[in-house]
Amino acid sequence: MALSFQFGSLSPTDEVWSVSQLTASAKRLVEGEFVPVWIRGEVVQCKAWPSGHWYFSLRDRTSQVRCCMWKRDAERAGVPPRDGTEVFVLGKPAIYEAKGEFQLNVSRVIPTAAVGAAQRELERVKAALHGDGLFDPARKRRIPELACTIAVVTSTAGAALRDILTVARKRWPCCRVLVIDARVQGGGAVDGLVSALWLVNRLAGVELCILGRGGGDREDLAAFNNEAVCRALAQVRVPTISAVGHETDISLTDLVADVRAATPSAAAELAVADRREVLRQLDEVAARLAAGLTGHTRLAAERLARTADRLHGGVTSALRRDRHHVVRLAAQLDALSPLRILDRGYAVPVGPDGRVLKRRAEFVAGEPFRLRLADGEVPARVEDR
Amino acid sequence: MTIADDLARLEEIVRKLEAGDVELDTALALFEEGVTRLRAAKERLGTAELKVQEVIEEAGGDFRLADLDG
Repeated sequence: MALSFQFGSLSPTDEVWSVSQLTASAKRLVEGEFVPVWIRGEVVQCKAWPSGHWYFSLRDRTSQVRCCMWKRDAERAGVPPRDGTEVFVLGKPAIYEAKGEFQLNVSRVIPTAAVGAAQRELERVKAALHGDGLFDPARKRRIPELACTIAVVTSTAGAALRDILTVARKRWPCCRVLVIDARVQGGGAVDGLVSALWLVNRLAGVELCILGRGGGDREDLAAFNNEAVCRALAQVRVPTISAVGHETDISLTDLVADVRAATPSAAAELAVADRREVLRQLDEVAARLAAGLTGHTRLAAERLARTADRLHGGVTSALRRDRHHVVRLAAQLDALSPLRILDRGYAVPVGPDGRVLKRRAEFVAGEPFRLRLADGEVPARVEDR
Repeated sequence: MTIADDLARLEEIVRKLEAGDVELDTALALFEEGVTRLRAAKERLGTAELKVQEVIEEAGGDFRLADLDG
């Protein structure tokens, strides 16, 4: 009796994968699914290899996962965690195809105890500053549009200052930058930042203050979450920009400052005007200035024309008035004319020389003279005296 | 006198001119001042170089400014 096997769809001839295909497929699935996540667990079997990479496992009560930290991240982290330490790791799940292993590629390791203490302090400071109204939007001052003197509190050795100066030089070369050197991390950073911020208040002419540093690990930014630093920043007399170059974390100085900039370069862009923009503004002003004056001269010309009209009218009416006057005067003159008197029957004696004879002595016996009448002359002679 | 002062004054001048209620001789004087300020501001913008100074605290609480090469 022949054996009857029921292979069905389980027949190995239907579709067979290679191991590589399987791991590649799993890799695609796993690595496509996850973004980096924070995972909490206990470190076990940690080993720092001469290559610089660290390998350890992370476990909780029921599970564990292999972790790998590449050299670059390991160097940044400094010291490998001791076995038994409870930590937060930032990692991306991955498949190590060569061994078909599921593992976590870790970029950050932070002991939970450190985070706990730092977090508690951060919360305390945040609450205290909030309680005193230091985050109040109402106390935010406006950044001046054309600041000419800017104070920058940062490390003179840091990239932040270089970035700020590069941007400022490009955009707005007619300003003065006063740099106050301060340690931005490690021991002495808090005291240095506080005294630097106080110094800003003693500088004459400063219109704006940038507090900045380049990016760094969360621990490196501790000074920018410090209460004394935050309070000193709040006391700065001029508007402030906090530029702690860390894209994901917001520091408390970011909340206290009048404006937060994501990076020192962004702070410089906020702080200084763009020369091209100001030139454009100047051109606009020039055009308005010209138009304003043209408007005025047109107005003046119109006014002048109106005045001329009135003047002309005035002269004309004066002339008209004068003409009447002249007619009246002429009439008066006419009335006074001697010819008019002659009309009334008077006669005027005129001597041979044409002079009017007015006195008796002017008449000589036997001499001829003429009598001028209204309508002509009559010859006459003096008969006897 | 800074560019900001110049721009503020220019804005004031232009507003006055645009308002149109000033006498012609005043308008001419304003225009003349505007042109002078415009020229000065442009010149300042054209020739300016960023000045970078470090504030150095000294013993006794004093401080001094030292040029810094950026």
